[in-house]
Amino acid sequence: MARFLIRRVFQGLFVLVLMTFTIYAIFFLGPGPQLVARVLAGKEATPAQVAAIASHFELNQPWYVAYGHFLAQIFFHGNLGYDYYNSVPVTTSIMQALPITLSLVIGAAILWLAIGLFTGIVSAVRTRSFADRALTAQALLFYSMPTFVLGLLFIWIGYSVLTTHGVAIFPAPGSWTPFTTNPLAWAHDLILPWLTIALVSAATYTRLTRGAMLDVFGEDYIRTARSKGMPEKRVIVVHNLRASLTPVVTQFGLDVGVLLGGAIITETVFSLPGLGWTAIKAIQSQDLPLVMGITIVASVAVVILNMAADIMYAVLDPRVRIH
Amino acid sequence: MSFNISGATAQVEAVSVAEPSVGEQQKTIQGKSPWVLAWRRLRRDRASMISLGIIIFIVVCAIAAPVFAAITGHGNMTQYNTIGRTAAGEPVGPNSTFWLGTDSQGRDLLVRIMYGARVSLFVGVAATAVTVIGGTILGLAAGFFGGWIDSVIARFFDWLLAIPFLLLAIALFSVAVQSPIFGFIGPGLPIVIIVLGFFGWASVGRIVRGQVLSIKEKEYIEAARALGAGPWRIMFIDVLPNLLAPLIVYTTLLIPLTIVGAASLSFLGVGVQPPTADWGQMINDASGMFLYGSWWYLLFPSLALLITTLVFNIFGDGVRDAFDPRGDLYV
Repeated sequence: MARFLIRRVFQGLFVLVLMTFTIYAIFFLGPGPQLVARVLAGKEATPAQVAAIASHFELNQPWYVAYGHFLAQIFFHGNLGYDYYNSVPVTTSIMQALPITLSLVIGAAILWLAIGLFTGIVSAVRTRSFADRALTAQALLFYSMPTFVLGLLFIWIGYSVLTTHGVAIFPAPGSWTPFTTNPLAWAHDLILPWLTIALVSAATYTRLTRGAMLDVFGEDYIRTARSKGMPEKRVIVVHNLRASLTPVVTQFGLDVGVLLGGAIITETVFSLPGLGWTAIKAIQSQDLPLVMGITIVASVAVVILNMAADIMYAVLDPRVRIH
Repeated sequence: MSFNISGATAQVEAVSVAEPSVGEQQKTIQGKSPWVLAWRRLRRDRASMISLGIIIFIVVCAIAAPVFAAITGHGNMTQYNTIGRTAAGEPVGPNSTFWLGTDSQGRDLLVRIMYGARVSLFVGVAATAVTVIGGTILGLAAGFFGGWIDSVIARFFDWLLAIPFLLLAIALFSVAVQSPIFGFIGPGLPIVIIVLGFFGWASVGRIVRGQVLSIKEKEYIEAARALGAGPWRIMFIDVLPNLLAPLIVYTTLLIPLTIVGAASLSFLGVGVQPPTADWGQMINDASGMFLYGSWWYLLFPSLALLITTLVFNIFGDGVRDAFDPRGDLYV
């Protein structure tokens, strides 16, 4: 186990270095040496600001020196640069947006897993029943549904049509209440965005859970359990679910990138000022340090969470450690 | 010539499927290739055949878009500021001139949707082709040669898998819109193809690698080696053809994902750029105004996108079941 852990952590660090280099390459090497400071400073920057950026990122040094400096600033000083457009450090802008994205992602993840596992289990236990067919069709529909189409549909039907007919149960898009202010209002404001991410992504898990459970039902130990006279409920819960849910839940850890993508789109659809919405707005105002900061924070989070999921899988299922 | 998908299974089934009536013993039993069997199974699947019909219809619409534009006399870029907009400058709803209404610029929505099908299908097919070809080559090399080549490719895949594609697109676009990245990656189609094509290599590559590892142990590879075939010959003549079935299945299932990915990029404004007609972009434009009454502007491009991805997914599922009735091609 220790060997697996060490190897996995080293792999994670390696990917992290590659990832930061990718981002560095896009923002610092991409525009070419003459334009890089100009591009990073944004369209409204004064020549003095452009010069300040060039010296801050040590752009006059060779690229590997500048890249080392860039890494050191991020990981040792927690400094993601200065947001010239909003005149605050990038970390300040990110900290403002982060609670919204986290609220969105955590709530959606819980709903996502709950819906995906429940429908998958029902489908697998009652194979070929009406419920199975209906759920499989439902999964196919949502699997094919682009996140933004579902989100706009929710705004249209759930907010607009219902509200004009006097049933104002869902808030207008853009509503946001911090959890600390009022947890109920927080959940009420986020229910449509949560459902948008959860329904689209849960469809994959309906299929995944159903497939995994059906595979396990074919195993010898299930037949043994049944022939011992074990009640079917116990066979399903104790013998099947334990085996089939491990890969499904772990897959979930690997899908945080998907979750993040869903959050970016959903924030844009519902005008929630989270990280994704902020990044899109930052493109429009040519606020590149902010775009870069968000890209770094989000991709580092994805790498670390993927690594955590892998390690958890190895803890839960000893067979994984061997390879 | 043997396209051996699952070895003995295919042959056993060939015998049982080829001769349904036991009475006619004099007829010789014909061996059918797995391709023929798969096609027969697919043809019997009604949902897949209907989906295929709709896919063909969408392709015809995309190809015939200029013809349709000529018939109606409405160009895809022409703005009808007098008849295509209300006095307040709002889009006009569906009527006898504009069957599906007009968009925010007073252009014919139906014509734009047909032109949008071209972009979606082109990106869906082109990016998927880049993904499948690149992934296959890398997966083949990793699985076949093993050793350090495998390790390097595995780390490369780790890197590709760790990058969230939407963020990458946002990052690339934010720079490219000001100055082309490395001098040649501009905003629009180049970024879309790079993000969706290049960054899918890992998922295809891992599947191919797994398949190659199991094919490598098969007797016919040993036979080829015994006959003196070199590694390149074995790789392309003996291994690659046996990968075609899983690749075809994967490709059909990848196309709808790519189409949704491209539409998401345009919805966020970092994909195909205006004035090119694109479904994701139309939906983005409509999202700001459908609450004020222009429901058609949101509904019809959304339906076009949803139906396209849905039929590709149904067809892809059908193709998978046809090649692999037991469901073990995909683990």
